Amino acid sequence: MATEQTIVVNKQPVKKPFQLFDWLYKYGTIVTIGILITVFTWANPAFIEGENIINILRSISIVTIIAIGVTISLSINGFDLSVGSTASLANAIVISMFVWYSQNIVVALAAALAAALVVGAVNSLLIVKFKIPDMLTTLAMMFIIQGVALTYTKGATITQNMVMPDGTFAMGTISPVFEKIGQVPWIIIVMVVAVILVHIFLSYTKHGRYMYIIGGNQEAARLSGISVNKYKMIAYLLSAVCAAIGGTVLAARLMTAEINAGAPYLMDAVAAAFIGFAVFGAGKPNAVGTFIGAVLIGILQNGLVMMSVPYYAMDIVKGAVLAFALGLTYYKQK
Amino acid sequence: MLEMRNISIDFPGVAALKNVNFHVEKGKIHALIGANGAGKSTLMKVLSGAYDHYRGDIYFHGKEAAIRSPKEAKQLGIQMVYQEVDTALIPYLTVGENIMLEKMIHGMGKKQLVNWKSLHRQAADILASLHVAISTHKRVDELTLAEKQMVLIARAISDQCKCLILDEPTAPLSQTETEELFRLIRLLKEKEVAVIFISHRLPELFAICEEITVMRNGELVMKEETSCTSPNDVITQMLGKTLDEQYPPHQASIGGTVLEVKGLSDAGIVKNLNIQVKKGEIVGIAGLVGAGKTEICQTLFGASPQTAGEMIVHGKKVNIASPSDAVRNGIVLVPEERRKGGMVVSESVTTNLTVSNMKRFSKFFSLIDFKKEKREAENMVQRLGIVTPSTETKVANLSGGNQQKVVIGKWLMGEADIYIFDEPTKGVDVGAKREIFGLITELAKQGKGVIYASSELADILGMTNRVYVVYDGEVVKEMETGSTNEAEILYYSTGGR
Repeated sequence: MATEQTIVVNKQPVKKPFQLFDWLYKYGTIVTIGILITVFTWANPAFIEGENIINILRSISIVTIIAIGVTISLSINGFDLSVGSTASLANAIVISMFVWYSQNIVVALAAALAAALVVGAVNSLLIVKFKIPDMLTTLAMMFIIQGVALTYTKGATITQNMVMPDGTFAMGTISPVFEKIGQVPWIIIVMVVAVILVHIFLSYTKHGRYMYIIGGNQEAARLSGISVNKYKMIAYLLSAVCAAIGGTVLAARLMTAEINAGAPYLMDAVAAAFIGFAVFGAGKPNAVGTFIGAVLIGILQNGLVMMSVPYYAMDIVKGAVLAFALGLTYYKQK
Repeated sequence: MLEMRNISIDFPGVAALKNVNFHVEKGKIHALIGANGAGKSTLMKVLSGAYDHYRGDIYFHGKEAAIRSPKEAKQLGIQMVYQEVDTALIPYLTVGENIMLEKMIHGMGKKQLVNWKSLHRQAADILASLHVAISTHKRVDELTLAEKQMVLIARAISDQCKCLILDEPTAPLSQTETEELFRLIRLLKEKEVAVIFISHRLPELFAICEEITVMRNGELVMKEETSCTSPNDVITQMLGKTLDEQYPPHQASIGGTVLEVKGLSDAGIVKNLNIQVKKGEIVGIAGLVGAGKTEICQTLFGASPQTAGEMIVHGKKVNIASPSDAVRNGIVLVPEERRKGGMVVSESVTTNLTVSNMKRFSKFFSLIDFKKEKREAENMVQRLGIVTPSTETKVANLSGGNQQKVVIGKWLMGEADIYIFDEPTKGVDVGAKREIFGLITELAKQGKGVIYASSELADILGMTNRVYVVYDGEVVKEMETGSTNEAEILYYSTGGR
């Protein structure tokens, strides 16, 4: 039938009139960041000082690393909700390795990584083999991992010199090298390296290309000879690994393992990844965009604290910004 | 009872119906047949109110009836059961709810509460009147295809139904299921319902219908009592004089066998497939819509699981469990639905062209060699004459023909031995069609084996060296293209033995 050819109009790039909405879509996030910086600086000049900027970057490090993992899962058109719990678990394992078992830093990090790989493997098994929709699988896993982390720590906070169930004190100490990871400049360096590596992976390697193609049209990817299942698995493994790195950095920063310490990072990470969709008009999940999304959230949070907005009102603003960013993304897609 | 006079309808660029006169009598079963794109479905959609921009008049019991919306058609008692039964049913509701769906939407009035007891009783009554034994409490997604069709027919007659249109109802059904459906249709006939039966299967039409109407190119070309005509007459009328399409000259220098398939089956329709493809040969797979051509292509490519049989490529037995296995063994597929399976519309022309050959474009650490990728993509765009502003343009913005060239180009980027084309010219304009034909013959000249599946008989005759005719998932006839004609192919495609 001849209907298709008549519908498709060849859109030649004739000089387009300036379209406010397209422009907003591409640069809206950047402009918002600019406006926020201006407003906060005007309200309190200390905002723009180097010290505060370092402060902001430090505060977004963990969110960014976890959000980068979410970005990878989004690139295959999946969604990993279990990242917050995985971060909590990694946090608990790292600290417990030091404090309970007096292990060195290599063993501690390896243990956290191994746990993350198990989480990623289970996620991908349920998604690929049992064909449970991504979001539901990882929602279930979110609860399971949260419970595993709680069970592992017996519902207690792990600290140095803590009292063990048998009444003795924990003997282990946390490696001073490990402590450095949680401090400036290393905490920022870890974040930047993660962003750059994942950016290269997604945008410059064939593996990243395959992931976007799977995300764009899974059936076409399959019929083009791509092993869709393999790449889905890689995506969830990497997502869990990023979450574990985030949890480890969190551990280094707090030097303790509190209950569900990673959970609050889930929503911020998801928000950052979704805001990142639209940055520079990428229209798809990408590492740099996610970083900028995290910067936006970080600036907002920092500035609002400086302006003495109570912490309990913070979520209202964060949610509103996310809704705005999503509005831009989806309104455009229509 | 129902009469359509001088119906015409245009779609941008095409006249889909030209002054069609059509009428049906109550209590009669009326066959409507025609090649793909002849306008049967369009005509029936006009009757069921799917279009409002047609010209001409519709009379119902001698009175003029303006049918411009599905609601108006339904008020007159005209009901249509579409071919894709799943689109019309709500899978997680019960049979009863699905049958009474329209009553629940339109017939509730001010009532807010559903009377489940009476709903199921009414639905059960309707099923009983059709002598169909399905529990009204069963969920629709637990039914077989045939049962779903029964449910749809039951829904159609849940309201007053004077004219029932069935669009290719037997295509997915087995023999016994078809007989069951026929019993139901005869029952409706006794209830003085006019039934319009669209089908490609001639033996069926002659078995059940009293009158037959043939359409071709948007016009009505024949209307006859079934008893006064024969399948051969109908085929002649369906074909008419075919336009001479320009197929590229293709002298085959046919070599050794590249692909041999023995006893291949899939979990569904494909049964015991035995075919051979030689070097430099274009092998046609002919058959009507729904005959199983697409399923055959998908099974050969490993896109749907093979349950039995073996495939031999270059004399070696190969195991093809997935499309990536097929690609590795040099078998590639240009799928029928390019939007669904052929391309990623949100990605650029380059990305779509290189997707299957990324190995060639990657350097150390799998980093992409963007320069090389761009250069080769540009070469391919030029070679295939793809009209696009740049290689970075998203394929969503290309025309159908150019999109199809991108899908074909994807497989020309690498080396394959066997090219499977499933309806490659669907939704493609005439100019692009000719270019695509040229590409396919070019492949054969290079000594590739080509499988060309299509329901367009003219294309099959113009393009292929040898043809397998498929009916109901089975190859029923193998013929040299040079010594056959459309009528013969159509004869076997419609179930002739």
